[in-house]
Amino acid sequence: MTSGGITAEPPVAAAPPPSTESGRFGRYATGAFFLLPALAVLFVWIVYPAVYTIVRSFYGQSGYLGTFVGIDNYKRLFTTSTLTTAIKNNAIWVAVVPAFVTSMGLIFAVLTERVRWAVAFKTVVFLPMAISAFATGVTWRIMYQQDPNVGAINALGRSISGVFSPAGVLPSALPSTPTLHALSSGAIVLTKPVQPGGVALLGLTAIPSTSVPKGAKQAATPAAKPGDIVGTVWRDFKPGGGKPGVVEQGELGLPGVKVELRSTSGKVVQTTSTGPDGSFEFTKVPPGTYDPAVGASTFAKPFGGYSWLGPSLITPSLLIAYIWIWAGFAMVVIGAGLAAMPRDVLEAARTDGATEWQTFRRVTVPLLAPVLSVVFITMIINVLKVFDIVLALAPESTQQNANVIALAMWRTAFSGVNDFGTGSAIAVFLFLLVIPVLFLNIRRFKREV
Amino acid sequence: MKYKWAYVAALVAVLAAAAGYASISKASTSTAGSTKAVSGSISFDGVWTGAEATSFGKVIKAFNKVYPKVKVNYKPLGNNVSTVLATAIAGGHPPDMADIAQPGYIKQLVAQGKLQPITYAKSVIAQNFSAPWQKLGTFSGKEYALVFKAANKSLVWYDVPDFKNAGVTAPKTWAQLLKTAATLKASGTPAYSIGGSDGWTLTDMFENIYLRTFGQAKYDQLTAHTIKWTDPTVKTALKTMAKVLGDTSNINGGTSGALQFGFNDSVTNAFGSPSKAAMVFEADFVSGVILSSTKSKAYTGFNVFKFPQIAAGPPSTAVEVAGDLFVTFRDNPAIEAFVKFLATPTAADAWAKQGGFATGNHNVPASAYPNAIDRAIGTAVESAKGVVFDMSDEQPASFGATTGQGEWGIFQKFLKTPSNVNGIASQLEASAKAAYKKGK
Repeated sequence: MTSGGITAEPPVAAAPPPSTESGRFGRYATGAFFLLPALAVLFVWIVYPAVYTIVRSFYGQSGYLGTFVGIDNYKRLFTTSTLTTAIKNNAIWVAVVPAFVTSMGLIFAVLTERVRWAVAFKTVVFLPMAISAFATGVTWRIMYQQDPNVGAINALGRSISGVFSPAGVLPSALPSTPTLHALSSGAIVLTKPVQPGGVALLGLTAIPSTSVPKGAKQAATPAAKPGDIVGTVWRDFKPGGGKPGVVEQGELGLPGVKVELRSTSGKVVQTTSTGPDGSFEFTKVPPGTYDPAVGASTFAKPFGGYSWLGPSLITPSLLIAYIWIWAGFAMVVIGAGLAAMPRDVLEAARTDGATEWQTFRRVTVPLLAPVLSVVFITMIINVLKVFDIVLALAPESTQQNANVIALAMWRTAFSGVNDFGTGSAIAVFLFLLVIPVLFLNIRRFKREV
Repeated sequence: MKYKWAYVAALVAVLAAAAGYASISKASTSTAGSTKAVSGSISFDGVWTGAEATSFGKVIKAFNKVYPKVKVNYKPLGNNVSTVLATAIAGGHPPDMADIAQPGYIKQLVAQGKLQPITYAKSVIAQNFSAPWQKLGTFSGKEYALVFKAANKSLVWYDVPDFKNAGVTAPKTWAQLLKTAATLKASGTPAYSIGGSDGWTLTDMFENIYLRTFGQAKYDQLTAHTIKWTDPTVKTALKTMAKVLGDTSNINGGTSGALQFGFNDSVTNAFGSPSKAAMVFEADFVSGVILSSTKSKAYTGFNVFKFPQIAAGPPSTAVEVAGDLFVTFRDNPAIEAFVKFLATPTAADAWAKQGGFATGNHNVPASAYPNAIDRAIGTAVESAKGVVFDMSDEQPASFGATTGQGEWGIFQKFLKTPSNVNGIASQLEASAKAAYKKGK
């Protein structure tokens, strides 16, 4: 404590008149006595654990101290991939979050001065602060779900993409036998070309019985007609599997499916639609060889959603959720700074002909600098020790990709591994990272006093 | 100033009182033969919360019928058991008894001399448990743990309507299982529901495949890390597993979906309405999730079959189990009485009646189980000829039981790229090597 330059002794000028030796001792004794509870708390909860953690970080895995291992734990900190990922991720957090939160808070604070429903707007932006980070994590985890039926963000994506590329009627269907194959466009084509008078059997599987179009009837076995190409598109499945490639009793035709007749060069010559029994017919086909196909639009998959919680997007997803929480806090603090700002300076600038942007850039921001730095520094500290939102939001399969130092410490020391030595080393490392920021903060406090 | 020493004295007195309160009150016991004479209190830290805690309460109640003067203070810790225990042990104040699910952790505690042997209960245990179960509780040649509750992990659960729609029945061999899965896919329902966000669902699948392919002896060797994870047997098992994980269009949600679903999601996806997949490879506790989270009913909605045999030859009767191992940190007549009681069928009976319980105690009558599915699972566990413990629980926790790290994390990578058998095997070996070295 004394190294920081703070001293508990009163300034000399304020010293009371000198008194007798015993009287001075008595005064110090009383003072010490009143300090005792605070000191006891400080010692038990701050000093002892901190010192123990530092000492512990040089010892082995378990026990009160375990065996002395020197700086092995610190070496492990920078050589274990799980821990280096955590350090890298924390660097990303520090680089992104304080800047974003501060600038968004500034934008919100300046804008709310100008909108009519400022209170309502501020309330909405500030509301996330009232929710615990854990609850936020759980909520966003659901919003980020990949399945658009669950995740709100991907549901939005689906409704937008649904306008531009609507889903087909049979998105999950697959060819039932190797006599059919899927093209890269998504269309399913008969592998052996057909000549007029031939028959095309287009059997499809992996269609849930609930997805069979309404009005479907028993699939028809097509009878060849000279000069025409006839065929059937049907759900080539019955309980037990049936015989793939053969139209059997109990297998339904797929009505309303668009069938294309392609020339061998891939050009669509004719199109038709299947009947209730799945049958289709291309009439008066000129001689030649053709590939009957079911068009790609039938199999167009609905928007499957982005994997927000997947390994590559998990950290950005976390950052968004975290900024969402803290932007309101920054707005309120900066807004308070803005309210306390002398208006006459702004008015003077405007009178002198400064534009709004110039006023903002040259007057508002410099005057707000102390407040902005408070927000910025607070956010750096918050972000360095970020923990709960990562634990709650990231699924376990990608928690390793989203790892941060505080979470790595907890996982290493307590959850499963129970390696108190390395855990302590991580804690000490985190402490070292926070110290410069704390130092900045203390210096600022002293300046303000 | 006059009173200051009085203040100090008062403060000291308060602190002393607080310290006295914090110290653990020891059980007072007498050595008289009558059960009524044994008295004391036992602190017990366990994993069960909610309904399971209530069920364990019934066991304690049954104990108190015999020993009315012993008070058992059960503390439900949920998933924090190992955290709380590790801290309590490091601080020198462990509970009297605890329920630990990882034999690997018990092994460590025995090596550190933290546990008391329960040799006094040897004869009771021998009367009620067959040899493989006794072996599970034996560490360094002495009895240290009682496997009170066991979970049968060699099971596959299926959605009955999905199977009916596809016209398939429960398979008995691995080849049949793969054929069934293909038919399910053709019927329009993905065959597999995988909770890949929880790494342990994947290690469980691997362990069952390994056990059913190479048998118990190899399984035990791999568990002890006397054969390496780069061994050809491991690679063969991984290739077998890739037949499931690599069939991506047959997995609900595909690979990326499976990586985001937890164990509970995988169960509700398969047995909820509408059913999104047909099968879940997991332990007997699946039925509890189905009954509490979906409207599916036993037999008409869900059913279960044994994990199919993979190697040629007669089906293996070995069962992979997970279990609750009870250990003691102290020794006194009250604790001895409780441990002996827990080994009796009366104790197991008290929980079995509540449902969701299986035990290796072969003297528990089949009638104790409340429904036929519980009974089938319970009796299969009781009569199992070979019992192997969940491999990942027997290994050092940094390899076998840490989220996103070691085995759990690597098997999640395997789910992502099932073709990378060699790479996965060498990653497993590297991680295992580091963990076993550190554990020593």
